[in-house]
Amino acid sequence: MLKLDDIVTHYGNIQALKGISIEVKQGEIVTIIGANGAGKTTTLKTICGLISPTSGKVYFQNKDITGKATSDIVEAGIAMVPEGRRVFPRMTVLENLQLGAYLNRNRQEVKNYLEEVFTLFPILKNRKRQIAGTLSGGEQQMLAIGRALMAKPKLLLLDEPSMGLAPKIVANIFDILTEINKEGTTILLVEQNARMALSIAHKGFVIETGKIVLQDTAENLLKNEEVKKAYLGE
Amino acid sequence: MFFEQIINGLTLGSTYSLIALGYTMVYGILELINFAHSEIYMIGAFIGLTMVSVYKLPFFAALLISMIGSCILGIIIEKAAYKPLRKANRIAPLISAIGVSIFLQNAVLMIVGPQARSFPSGLHITTLNIGGFRISTLQLLILFVSIILMVGLHFLIQKTKLGQAMRATAQDKEAAQLMGIKIDHVITFTFAIGSALGGAAGVLVGVYFDSVDPMMGFFPGLKGFVAAVLGGIGSIPGAMLGGLILGLVEMVGAVYMSRYKDAIAFAVLIFILLLKPTGLLGRSVQEKV
Repeated sequence: MLKLDDIVTHYGNIQALKGISIEVKQGEIVTIIGANGAGKTTTLKTICGLISPTSGKVYFQNKDITGKATSDIVEAGIAMVPEGRRVFPRMTVLENLQLGAYLNRNRQEVKNYLEEVFTLFPILKNRKRQIAGTLSGGEQQMLAIGRALMAKPKLLLLDEPSMGLAPKIVANIFDILTEINKEGTTILLVEQNARMALSIAHKGFVIETGKIVLQDTAENLLKNEEVKKAYLGE
Repeated sequence: MFFEQIINGLTLGSTYSLIALGYTMVYGILELINFAHSEIYMIGAFIGLTMVSVYKLPFFAALLISMIGSCILGIIIEKAAYKPLRKANRIAPLISAIGVSIFLQNAVLMIVGPQARSFPSGLHITTLNIGGFRISTLQLLILFVSIILMVGLHFLIQKTKLGQAMRATAQDKEAAQLMGIKIDHVITFTFAIGSALGGAAGVLVGVYFDSVDPMMGFFPGLKGFVAAVLGGIGSIPGAMLGGLILGLVEMVGAVYMSRYKDAIAFAVLIFILLLKPTGLLGRSVQEKV
């Protein structure tokens, strides 16, 4: 479904990604784990066109989407939940969700998706008139995920959804991600919380200073001695 | 006398509000002070004047054409002078804005010459006497047109999908892109709307003072900017409120110290900013992480 072929990305003169190749198959949950600054966020931003790679190709559903405008990539079926949630702070919950379906002109469809999101996150329904900036961190994360789902993506990218949240809320959010995946959305999840991420993923990549250093099934990675030492704190 | 000065103040203030909106909308999205805005106002007045004096169009048709013309001018300025500098150092577009402003001023000076012209609006203007207070129908017209434009803008920003995209872009550009919003379009549109309002203000003031000249943009442009800062730059209701307050203060102040009316306006600005540095309706950054 998604294929990155030898992606090199620069920030100014700094080479952030030094040739990343990953593949995500339809229906999978794939995770990229790694330390701060390893290139996880850059990888996701490159996929959704916020940054253009210096070289390499991004394929989505066998089409080359390298260097395309973000709006085209969103239209093609990729939605992203950015790091730090990035909800629109001075808009209501409902408006945030509506913006998630910005490209969809079919009002009935948007209405249906809204109901689906409310079923997944009932709290958002109770708070739909509330200004998003006043929600708690966990609620904002739910809103950010709900907003991305409003685009009815084929592939959902998530950047550190556990960041700054209490363990109980993280567990809740990861349960919901599993549920979203079961309903047919492919997920690419970037996390520092490697244990959580590997516990729901099928496949994992370990990224270090802009390179993939290890890839395997999530199960095997959880057992891998190096991964245990470096990322699981064992 | 006092009451009449309040009407004068509101009339003048509503035109400041229209100008301030152009500054504040562009700032809200690009964090750029579009110094060329005062020239859009001036050229808007000249377009209106040309329509009524050369083409003998009725006032409202001239106003509409002036708004469309200003709108196109705003888009051209954005594409030519700001867009190429989008990724440059923040000071670069500011310098570019000042350059555009000087260029347009001189271009108009070359074409029409420096002398002020009167504005034969063709409107039938009388003075109404309401309970002993005198109000000219021209003032009512200016207030009415300004209010209609501001209500229209409010509707556009709050109730339409495009307005929603504009607000989203102002709040978080990257997140807006992730929604599929084409922010370049939003920016263009913001310039278009702000410029149309500025052009309308130019026509209204041209008619009000019955005078149009190539340098007419300087003071109102400055005051529109002051009004925007006073209300809280980036805030649309703030720009509306800031303009009205500035107009009122100026006109009421003129009753007591007419020579110092501009000084009073700026003194009020300094005073309010000392008390509330973000402007009246500006927000201090306070968002949960």
